[in-house]
Amino acid sequence: MFAPGTAVRVKDDWPETRGPVHIRTPHYLRGMQGVVVRHLGSFRNPEDLAFARPAPLRALYHVRFDQPSVWHEGRAGDELQVEIFEHWLEQA
Amino acid sequence: MTPPAAGVRIAGMDKDTPHATHDLGGVAKFMCEAVDTAPHALTDFDKEVDAIRGILGAKGIMTVDELRRGIEAIPEADYHRLSYYRRWIRSIADILVQKGVVTEAELRSALEAG
Repeated sequence: MFAPGTAVRVKDDWPETRGPVHIRTPHYLRGMQGVVVRHLGSFRNPEDLAFARPAPLRALYHVRFDQPSVWHEGRAGDELQVEIFEHWLEQA
Repeated sequence: MTPPAAGVRIAGMDKDTPHATHDLGGVAKFMCEAVDTAPHALTDFDKEVDAIRGILGAKGIMTVDELRRGIEAIPEADYHRLSYYRRWIRSIADILVQKGVVTEAELRSALEAG
């Protein structure tokens, strides 16, 4: 589990290139660093549910990113907040 | 919104990035399109598709996650051509055939019967 305030990095992983998948982690955040805002609860992994496979519970977090670093636009201090499952995050 | 200047690299937004068809965030060719925020009425077809999805979920035949997976598997040209609920019914049909709930022959004869 990641505590609020933990610096994390979204895995720079591209399962789309390895076969049929269902992924909730936007492509533009792969490899980007953010900060955990809060644990939203734990939910069955949609990547498994999408294929009717047994789906373990996974922690879901709100993660905040510095928007200009992600989009190369916006003002300093603009933020982007995205829901990301734990298995996509690693400590930065 | 202004597209990124030429030569600016945005992580995950390179032309060759293998993002899925539905994963449109930050994709340059969609960045200058105005979003239609006007309310639009649902057609009878839309409501029927929604009801079918609801019944399939309630009976444990198909989850909403499977619906999304099926929508994401629609080839790119079809994906952008189809309306929201036409994507749904395309996914529902594909998933039900994959799971053996209906056969392609049954689907075809039902469509021909109108």
